[in-house]
Amino acid sequence: MTETRRPPLILVVAWLGLLALLSLTIFVAYLPFGLANTVVAIVIATIKGAMIAAIFMELRQSHGLTLAFAGAGFFWLGIMLWLAMADYVTRPNFPPL
Amino acid sequence: MPDTRLAEQFVDLRQQHDVAELGIWVFLATEVLFFGGLILAYCVYRSIQPAGFAEAAHHTKIVIGAANTAILMTSSFLVAWAVTITKLGEARFAGLLLWAAALLGLVFIGLKGLEYTLEYREHLLPGLGFDYPGQHAIAAHLFFSFYLVATGLHAVHVAIGIAVLAVIGRRARQAAYSGACHAPMTVAGLYWHFVDLVWVFLFALIYLPGRSG
Repeated sequence: MTETRRPPLILVVAWLGLLALLSLTIFVAYLPFGLANTVVAIVIATIKGAMIAAIFMELRQSHGLTLAFAGAGFFWLGIMLWLAMADYVTRPNFPPL
Repeated sequence: MPDTRLAEQFVDLRQQHDVAELGIWVFLATEVLFFGGLILAYCVYRSIQPAGFAEAAHHTKIVIGAANTAILMTSSFLVAWAVTITKLGEARFAGLLLWAAALLGLVFIGLKGLEYTLEYREHLLPGLGFDYPGQHAIAAHLFFSFYLVATGLHAVHVAIGIAVLAVIGRRARQAAYSGACHAPMTVAGLYWHFVDLVWVFLFALIYLPGRSG
């Protein structure tokens, strides 16, 4: 394979890293950690998502404007999940009169 | 002679490329909130019915789900590889990589179809003869409703992505892109990676709960 056709090392590392994290998250899901199982699953998914965004989607090389546009969706998603869950999780503390 | 690849409102190809990239990120931000609404509904119902959701999730086909995750990650890797080498002037070879990625997308859809078939036979699909034994039938109905809507909408995104990759791959084979001009491939690639990213979260929410119990 000619030099220019070869995949960059960082892409290969990211790909193998994603597959390794997939194996890890499945392995951990079968261990009896209770509530921590959910936390580990979400943390690993977030790490995988960040790897896809930073390396495959090249956000690590992007300038500020692109980062702001990319971050905006996740920022508003965070607000939506935060406020909505704050409501539902605390509802049992405030039963209807 | 003016460059025919350059639209008249732009100063140069670089500016045109930057604008295309910003445009797809605006679209992807709307997609984040589109799937985010579904995920919020899932979080609300799972927080209300944790045991029922865990039990229902145990019925999903984790082997197919895991295989499909690996398949999408690999196809994403191929697309990232294609975009990188196109910048180095290897657009024709990159076209083959995009076709390979599209083929993996077809395998994903095929496995998803197999999964739906198995679940249909087990009466797990809401609206299609759903019949769930056990005390958590209502929670299971909610879980599989989310499952069907979320994975169905995701599969539509994969199907669109396959078509886009196939067309862009063909354009690349026809030497339509170069190191200086490859915005369509970058945009298609970002869309495909996003479809992969959504699946990573769907996998964690659908297939992993309830495995240790």
